[in-house]
Formats: sequence, structure tokens, C-alpha cells
Amino acid sequence: MKQPNDLILRTTTHLIAFILLGFSIYLFFAGHNAPGGGFIGGLMTSAAFILMYMTYGYDKIKKILPINFRMVAVTGLLVAVLSGLGSFVFQEPFLSHTSGYFEIPLLGEKHLATAMLFDLGVYLVVVGVTLTIILSITTDSGDEFNKDTGVS
Amino acid sequence: MLDEFGSQMLSIVLVICFIGIAISIFLLVIRAFIGPSNADRAVAIDTIGANMMAFTGLAAIGLVTDKLNDVVLLIGILLFIGTIATAKFIEKGVIIDRHNH
Repeated sequence: MKQPNDLILRTTTHLIAFILLGFSIYLFFAGHNAPGGGFIGGLMTSAAFILMYMTYGYDKIKKILPINFRMVAVTGLLVAVLSGLGSFVFQEPFLSHTSGYFEIPLLGEKHLATAMLFDLGVYLVVVGVTLTIILSITTDSGDEFNKDTGVS
Repeated sequence: MLDEFGSQMLSIVLVICFIGIAISIFLLVIRAFIGPSNADRAVAIDTIGANMMAFTGLAAIGLVTDKLNDVVLLIGILLFIGTIATAKFIEKGVIIDRHNH
């Protein structure tokens, strides 16, 4: 099989995967009163992971990131449900949330909302579900399929 | 006087640019439907994404906001990943290789 020379892709992936992960964290925290939030932040994280999978192949990244993405999705659902149930502790209706201004060292005064916990659940669900779907579609073909098309 | 002329010219230029990009996207959709080969369709859909980026930038100018800059960056990144996936599919036939040999 002809081995394509993808040195430029491999080199840029080193840099761009980091930029994508940083941008996804920025989007996740920006999402209260600006474009962003858990959904699009999770989408960006899974875009970074998919870029790494596309560049280096399934087996290598499986070694680097030994994460079961189904468990990530389930954990996210659990976090979202628990953030909704947490309002029962304070005698409030389901999913009600509150916010406040806090002084954080190095960052200054920031507006923190408990809706961010729910957003964290959404983030984990999006990462888990997106990567589960894409990886199970792209790694579906068995060896006999690869033999037929000459791709292996 | 000069400010008024500037804002009028900006709005006219914006409308012209919107119409130009709309025509471009329309032609690209036709190409994506009738494209003789799959590579033609892939390139057409890629270019629709680039036009979408320009459209978002023009909308940011028209609405006088800076909230849409993140959206432009986001579309650009997703387009980059899509371009790599398309190129790899045309070159190798698989997008994520299963076995490294």
C-alpha cells in the first residue's frame, strides 16, 4: 500500500489540538452571556480528539487516551441530573439555580452560576456521545471489507 | 457629512456583499447536487462552509457586535477538520485508520 507523506499534518496537529482544547475550555466558560456553553464546548473538544484520531490512527490514540467514551456520556448525564436534584436540598423546585459574584485569586471578581454544573454535564454528554458515534461508525469495517477494497 | 456618507456606503456595500455571497452559495448548492464525482461534491460543500464564515462576518458588521467573532473562528475550525477528513477520504479511503501497518 502506498504510504502517504503527511508530515505537515502530523506537525500541525501537535499545535492545533492544543489550540482546539484551549478554545473549547474558553467556550465552555464564556457560555453564560456570550456565544458558547457546554454543547459547543463539548463539540470543540471532540473535534480536537477526532483530529488526533484522524492524524495518528485509532490504535495509537487508544493508547494515549484510554477513556471509555460511553462512560463519559453516562457520567455527564449523572452530573446533570444531580445538579438538578441538588436544588431539593435547599427546598427549591427542580433545576432552579442561583448565581453570585466571587473574588477569585489571579482572576479577579467573577460571576459564577450553578447553571455551570448542569453545563458540565451537557459538556460530558456531548463529548461522550459524539466520540462514541463517530468512532463506532469509522471503525466498523472488519478485515474482510478492507481486503475487498485494497485499503488496509 | 462624511460620517453620513460612510454609514450609507457601508450599508450599501453590505447589501451587495450579502447578495454576492448568496448567489455564490446557490451556485455551490447546484454543484453539490449535480457534481459528476464525489470529489466535486466535497469541494462544493467545503466552499459553502467558507462562504458561511464570510456571511457570519458580514452579519457581525451589520449588527455592530463582536459576539460573532467566536462563531467565525468556530466555523473555521470545523471546516478545517472537514477539509482534512475529505482529503484523507479521497487519498486513502478511510478517515480513521484501524491498523498501523
